[in-house]
Amino acid sequence: MPETHEEPPDFEDELRRRATRTAAPAVIRSGREAMSVELALTVYRQMLRTRALEERSIKMSKSGEAYFWIGGPGEEAFNVCLGLQVHKGRGPAYDYLHLHYRNAGVLLAMGMPMIDHTRQLAMRWTDRHSRGRNFVGHYAVPEWNVVPVTSVIEVQYAMAPGTALVQKRHGLKNPAENEGITIVVGGEAGAAEGDFETCLNWSTRPGLELPVLMVVTNNRFGISTDIDTVHAHRPIADRAIPYGIRHETIDGNDPVIAWHAIDRAMRYCRRERKPYLLEAMVSRLHGHSSSSGAQRNWNEVDPLAQFEQKLLDAGAIDAATIRTLKEEAKKEADEAVAQTMKEPEPTREDVYRFTYAPSPVDAVYPHDYTGLPGRPELPHP
Amino acid sequence: MAQAVRMALHYGEEYLGVTDVFGEDVGPPLGGVFTVTQGLKTAWNTPLDERGILGTAMGIAYAGGRPVCEIQFCDYALNIMDLFKIAGNQRWASGGAFDLPIVVMTPNGAGIRGSIYHSHSFESFATRLAGWKIVMPSTPLDAYGLMLAAIKDPNPVLVLLPKALLRVRGEQLIPGEPPDPDELSRMIDAPIGDRSHWQPQWPPLEDYTIPLGVANLVREGSHGTVIAYGRPLPLCVQAADELAREHGYSFDVIDLRSLFPYDWSMISHSVLKTGRVLIVNEDTEVTNFGEHLLRRVIDEHFYDLAVRPRTLMGKHVPGIGMNQNYELNSVPQLGDIRTAMWDLATEPA
Repeated sequence: MPETHEEPPDFEDELRRRATRTAAPAVIRSGREAMSVELALTVYRQMLRTRALEERSIKMSKSGEAYFWIGGPGEEAFNVCLGLQVHKGRGPAYDYLHLHYRNAGVLLAMGMPMIDHTRQLAMRWTDRHSRGRNFVGHYAVPEWNVVPVTSVIEVQYAMAPGTALVQKRHGLKNPAENEGITIVVGGEAGAAEGDFETCLNWSTRPGLELPVLMVVTNNRFGISTDIDTVHAHRPIADRAIPYGIRHETIDGNDPVIAWHAIDRAMRYCRRERKPYLLEAMVSRLHGHSSSSGAQRNWNEVDPLAQFEQKLLDAGAIDAATIRTLKEEAKKEADEAVAQTMKEPEPTREDVYRFTYAPSPVDAVYPHDYTGLPGRPELPHP
Repeated sequence: MAQAVRMALHYGEEYLGVTDVFGEDVGPPLGGVFTVTQGLKTAWNTPLDERGILGTAMGIAYAGGRPVCEIQFCDYALNIMDLFKIAGNQRWASGGAFDLPIVVMTPNGAGIRGSIYHSHSFESFATRLAGWKIVMPSTPLDAYGLMLAAIKDPNPVLVLLPKALLRVRGEQLIPGEPPDPDELSRMIDAPIGDRSHWQPQWPPLEDYTIPLGVANLVREGSHGTVIAYGRPLPLCVQAADELAREHGYSFDVIDLRSLFPYDWSMISHSVLKTGRVLIVNEDTEVTNFGEHLLRRVIDEHFYDLAVRPRTLMGKHVPGIGMNQNYELNSVPQLGDIRTAMWDLATEPA
């Protein structure tokens, strides 16, 4: 792959580094929305970290350190704003997350260390999400209610009503814990699957509405297929209309817009205990996955560069600080990878492990799966 | 058997933490198209959406609930195969991070003149779903005991209910069941007509759990081993009794009950004793769960066999036709089973 594809065109860099104000502002604005500089810098830093991790991840897939990369460069603005606003914890009092595989920004913003991502990418036994079994970005974090991510597009929308149902009941019984919601995230291509409709329908049974925040990050492509060729020229969010679900389509590349849209949607779900459909228009900067080359697409809006310029223009940050933050993020990603590559891989003995939970009523597999019944191939550890 | 399942689910609600029993027409007023869920306090009706049913069950389990959901006929489970796969792999794929204690029950097989879309068998599809446990009772008492095990087990368990046996009364009482069937019916069957004020009177039920992976040797003999489960099992027993009475041939008849994990120990001991094996089920023959058992018999007991091991299965046709000439000639019947058992016992070694 030619290196030139990884570097931005020259002219952009020159324009971007010049601040236009001298006095530090109190807020960063987008239209009528505003965000404190303190929060904007937090969002920016998490976006930078996410980008650095994704770029390092793509390198891993090309260097032989990993087989396959898929992720969300171009979705950092929306994903970081989402992750920072999650009520994180375990059990129905907290938010449940049914994510898809472009959500590194959500997890990093929630506090996941980079190495939890690279261990999965490098298929290590130390991979806490899947013990080296799943693709990268297929997180599973029980202490934060992040249920296992699957590669199967959109099945998460069929599961979301279940967690939301338990949360709604829990809140009715425990009024002090009545703000947990279910957040389900998918892409616009997957919204063609029936499971998307399942979520709309099951969340709006009369009198039994569910606190589900349905998120569609719309990057306009399903692998290679343009949405305009396979979907009516209407926003995906319009699918909420026949169900009477409140909905909005936003520019997901603008963190100020995204932050407030997520805040509005979450507030509604938390307080009204009803569903909300939020569609965020986002970019896809490195194509679908490593299977399509993962080369940088310079025709897409880069939310990170755009926000960086906005912060510079507002005088909220200077070029030196940006350089330092970028170096820090890159170093953090490099160190995570270096440590990851020293760690052990799963072995032959691990193939059956974690299939079954221990069961007092199973005469054959009281502890875990051990191979075909009556033929213990491997001793139980 | 429908009453037995209903009583097991009631026991589950009262004592085992079942939080939701749900599916299409599962809640009031109907209580299930086979009346399996009448009068249950946690039963509710869903949209007509099997993907939503299994997906929601998974969500409820993630959030700490104990769901039992129903797919109205196993024929309708074919559009949720990917969700079955995902449910079966959640624990494995997450490295043990998430348990998924869900029970799915669904009526299985032919025998109620159900035509093409209400007669299919599902066990050969189901047993390919690693991570699941699969059971199929052939008696009401086993239905009760296996359902309690399914609820207690912290893994996904699929309970296949032989629909032709759902109206059959058992020879053994469920612990707590009144001996008079009319009395039981008055207590727990919903009345015809307006049921809006009806409440069941549950008998004082007790725990009775059949461990998963333990088969039942329902007849003992020396001339052959017959392995079956679900609807054909009572036919195998009837054929064994007839052949014993009329011709002096006796059989080990094994009711597998638990299809995965299956009781290999019981199968193996019986094959060693008789050297003759017949596997019977009503699923279509290409490719059939019985063929897996046959493969293991051949792999591990080839030199212990006196005659070739064999199977008797449903014909490989696209459906069970409505006219009874279709069903009687594509699904193993009593006469077919008796003939196969006769051949098994009489073939020269």
